[in-house]
Amino acid sequence: MSVLRPMDKLPDLNRATVLLVGTQDALLQKLAESMLQEQCASELRVHLANSLPLPSNVNRPRIDLIVFVINLHSQYSLRNVEECLSHVDSSFFLGKVCFLATGAGRESHCSVHQNTVIKLAHTYRSPLLFCDLEVESFRVTMAQRLVRMLQICAGHVPGISAVNLLSLLRRSDSPPSKEL
Amino acid sequence: MDENVAEFLRRSILKIPLGEMKTILSAWNFLSEDQLQTVNLRQRKEFLAQEIILMCEEKCASVDDMALLDIVYTQVHRHQKLWNVFEMSKEPGEDVDLFDMKQFQSSFKKILQRALKNVTVSFKVDGKNAVWIRIAWGTQYSQPNQYKPTFVVYYPQTPYAFISSCRLKSTVPLLHQALKVATKHHQIVQLDLRSRHLDSLKAIVFREYDQTFENHNSTVPLQEGSLGLNMSLDSNIIHENMEEKERIHRVTQDTFGAYPQPQLEFAQYKLETKFKSDISGGILADRKEPLRCLIKFSSPHLLEALKSLAPAGIADAPLSPLLTCIPKKKMNYFKIRDK
Repeated sequence: MSVLRPMDKLPDLNRATVLLVGTQDALLQKLAESMLQEQCASELRVHLANSLPLPSNVNRPRIDLIVFVINLHSQYSLRNVEECLSHVDSSFFLGKVCFLATGAGRESHCSVHQNTVIKLAHTYRSPLLFCDLEVESFRVTMAQRLVRMLQICAGHVPGISAVNLLSLLRRSDSPPSKEL
Repeated sequence: MDENVAEFLRRSILKIPLGEMKTILSAWNFLSEDQLQTVNLRQRKEFLAQEIILMCEEKCASVDDMALLDIVYTQVHRHQKLWNVFEMSKEPGEDVDLFDMKQFQSSFKKILQRALKNVTVSFKVDGKNAVWIRIAWGTQYSQPNQYKPTFVVYYPQTPYAFISSCRLKSTVPLLHQALKVATKHHQIVQLDLRSRHLDSLKAIVFREYDQTFENHNSTVPLQEGSLGLNMSLDSNIIHENMEEKERIHRVTQDTFGAYPQPQLEFAQYKLETKFKSDISGGILADRKEPLRCLIKFSSPHLLEALKSLAPAGIADAPLSPLLTCIPKKKMNYFKIRDK
């Protein structure tokens, strides 16, 4: 299974699974912990990966949402995410992928320009969130938001689907343009 | 006691932090135990200095005694100086001489005094058998300047000497000459290794840092939690790339070892190579001349920082050998040219 597909498995009862992809384990781990502390009716599972494709020898549940974490301080983390994207099936981009850029707060440390990630997210028609994961209060808020998104993507919120959410999250100032 | 000596002592005392006053004064071993007891440390430093100057006047202290105090101070505050490493060598086939401390000290002193006449040279052997040498430079016609001394730390019967950076460039050849002759070596070269941490430099040149490596058994299976991450016990967090993490841990362990790294603050790479890139057609791609640039890495603890790059997910493992060869090559200043 080299390409990750959203619909090749049946969902587990009341379970929502998120996959966090990023190079920095410590940050992913903290974000995962914050997400699990959220009050939520669904049963949450957080998978952490440094890169895709995932090892094929384990049995894992259906993945409802993929979050690509890009550290703006590190070109390496951006390149890693770019390489991972080729291992994701295109139907995932119907609302089940989001990009999370961290580290924008300390601009002097940034080696990846914000426009680069904005463009990347735009190319893949997926929402881009900014959050300094090092700061605990910001991280908790972001965890809240991701949990909510995950519930929608897993189909646990009646009346709204991942595609709905995608159109809601689309940036109003930049309508999907054709040149990208 | 000479006025200059008193002033030198006053400045030395003012330099010492109050908290360390007692230990430094007793390590100096000039004032008697009774005198040390009477020193009142609960007063302003100027008065304290005055009190100590009076005590030393009673004992007719000389410049040499003051120089020893300066050595003691520098031994405690060795990280305030930038240390250079020098390696000496003998002619092939030459016998190893037995080291005689007295002979070493007298011949070292004689060479400097013969050339400069006015020079203060003092020696102190520390607990680890190293000779600390303090040289205050003067010229034929002027008194030695006690406030810009050079320090040399030499480990007898080794080819290595550590010399504090010195602003008086003209004295450098003479100092090398004196070291060479006094230690019976034929050549002395400066290594491209500099740091504020004298002990780490020593660990690098004498390869003391990896002594535990010999008995380190690399086939020992990795234990939980040994990956440097505190893996959460929460069963709802699943790490997908465990195997990759174990590989990174193993590679890091292989290149850096399991022991704490010696402490360096910087590494510098001077590049004079042709620009190479996978993407053709860049403006630098067709340049004939080498691309000149200087890359500096600095960190309070550079080698530990490099060691944790890959496990933290900031760089790929293994790291470039240019970064990992620092302790092996005994260098932290590199010049890179095309072959």
